[in-house]
Amino acid sequence: MSFLAAVLSVTMLAQTLRMAVPYACAGLGGVWSERSGVVNIALEGILLAGGLGGVVAHVATGSAWAGVAAGALTGAALGAVHALIVVRGRVDAIVSGIAINLAAAGGTRFVLRTLYESSSNSPPVEGFRAASLGGASGAALLARTLVDPLTLATAALVAGTAWTMMRTRFGLRVRACGEDPTAAASVGVDVPRVRLTAVSLGGAICGLGGVALAYDQHQFQSGMSGGRGFIALAAVILSGWRPGRAALACLAFAALDAVQIVVQDQVRGTGYLAQMLPYVATLVALWAVARRRGEGAIAGRPPAGLGKAVE
Amino acid sequence: MSERARASATATVAGVAAGWLALALLVWLYGESPRAVVAQLVAGTWGMPYGVGQVLYKATPLLLTGVAVDLALRAGLFNIGAEGQLAVAGLAVGTVGARLSPGTPGWLAVPLVLAVALLAGAAWAALPALLRARFGAHEVISTIMMNRVADAAIGFGLAQGLAISGTVRTPDVAAGALLPRLDALGLPSLHGSAVSLALPLALVVALLVSAWLGRSRVGREIVLVGLSPTACAAERIPVARRIGAALVLSGAVAGLGAVAPVLGYKGYFESGLGAGAGFGGIAVALLGRGHPLGLLGAALLFGTLEQGGLVVNARVPMEVMTVLQGVVIVAVALADARVRAALVRRTA
Repeated sequence: MSFLAAVLSVTMLAQTLRMAVPYACAGLGGVWSERSGVVNIALEGILLAGGLGGVVAHVATGSAWAGVAAGALTGAALGAVHALIVVRGRVDAIVSGIAINLAAAGGTRFVLRTLYESSSNSPPVEGFRAASLGGASGAALLARTLVDPLTLATAALVAGTAWTMMRTRFGLRVRACGEDPTAAASVGVDVPRVRLTAVSLGGAICGLGGVALAYDQHQFQSGMSGGRGFIALAAVILSGWRPGRAALACLAFAALDAVQIVVQDQVRGTGYLAQMLPYVATLVALWAVARRRGEGAIAGRPPAGLGKAVE
Repeated sequence: MSERARASATATVAGVAAGWLALALLVWLYGESPRAVVAQLVAGTWGMPYGVGQVLYKATPLLLTGVAVDLALRAGLFNIGAEGQLAVAGLAVGTVGARLSPGTPGWLAVPLVLAVALLAGAAWAALPALLRARFGAHEVISTIMMNRVADAAIGFGLAQGLAISGTVRTPDVAAGALLPRLDALGLPSLHGSAVSLALPLALVVALLVSAWLGRSRVGREIVLVGLSPTACAAERIPVARRIGAALVLSGAVAGLGAVAPVLGYKGYFESGLGAGAGFGGIAVALLGRGHPLGLLGAALLFGTLEQGGLVVNARVPMEVMTVLQGVVIVAVALADARVRAALVRRTA
């Protein structure tokens, strides 16, 4: 099969969708957090912790759904910790994010060794397998991806986030806190509480992404987030902090990831170079967006109150 | 003691105390006795000459990356890329050092490889610096991406002939480029430990950077830009250039961190050598709070934890120590924010 045929195949489409799930969940987590005014680089650590939380619950109960719940709860808890440190403790959000990422990287290994006596991976888990849709063909893979509960949930969450953010009272409050916390507070919005809720909600969604990542590999591996949280954050910036567009940007990064795997497969000796692809693409995207936004050529801007506390 | 110094001391004490509490809690959760583990940790680090030497060895790159991250922080920038800058510099030093002819004298070889480390680290920080200074792209994401690119680039370089074939290590560095161990220089009681001349070098760098930031025109402007870029722009200070310079210099100092493991210990570079020192440097910088003595103290603390992690690893997973870095960072920042708020309230 030629390289081009491999890139344009159904398998590729399926791979892209499959890989987009963790990116999109982390991206939505970033949108919720940053639209409320809290910078969130802790997404990386939340993906990791959510994934492990999900796998631990799955292993313990034998139920994939229990894992989903545990992953979302772990994510929400870490989101809440980040929000409390930043909003109540008035600590710089980057500092808090760095600390959470370090604690998550070390903590997941610690838990792996405590529970499973290995610092690199968990025992295998079943995840969601659609048994009736077996087969290795691209179409079968696509069908399996499309009926995967986490793929469906992600699609619903993208639509749900966009709707809640733009059409509901809660969404309006979140955006008000992100745009001008002082003004929001002056009309009676409890800014710290709205931010705590939004960041926790975003953390829960991001945690789901971690579960999807782990179920996809049928185990948890230490460091398996592999920078996806940061790339998703870049996608959020790229999208001008808009949920639908952020999800699209995440899809684009997932496509790059899928291409990278095809390249590694098809062209010998390109492994390391292909591995750089998503990261280099992120750098290019950051550059392009910063440049064009500086010229006022594209719409979308950071929430005006991003990183600002109530005066 | 000034009010500011007292506030700073309070935050440090709070951070360290929270760290030890968290350690005790995690050890207890793991099912071991905190007292026994801490006793073993102390005995295996500061309790014996070899342990002291190893702590000093671990603290050396941490001090340099701490100084590097601190330098960027002074300009209001987060250099999260120290990890990649150090790794790339390690490969560069290992490669150049191995290409030197075996008879190269130390007075020529050592400055040369040190310059290579500085340049490689600076080069790896140059792109994020440019993106930030020229286009305003946030350095946090770009430096993290550069860490990932560094991983892949180093793997690529090693696979493409920089490593001895079939391994992930470079050939041995020429003898003249090595930094002698301190046990060979009149401190025989440290025998066997890996602490080398890189330690005094790191101390000198910490003092030089501090003096440069405090006394030179460009250094002072970098600090002022960190305090208020808009005020600096109004005063016609070239803000973008100072920001770029701070990040590139930060990368250079982080790159220098690679000399302790490569030239002072292994004598070659291998995949993963020095890993963790870049992220550790963030913790050191946040705890050291812009003072060379603070940075040294923080580097010694985290060096102790790193070596201590190895000492107690048979009883408690050493990954605990990474968690502690996170806990200490948050505790210090929380204490600092509280103290600052109190100071503001009193002066208002």
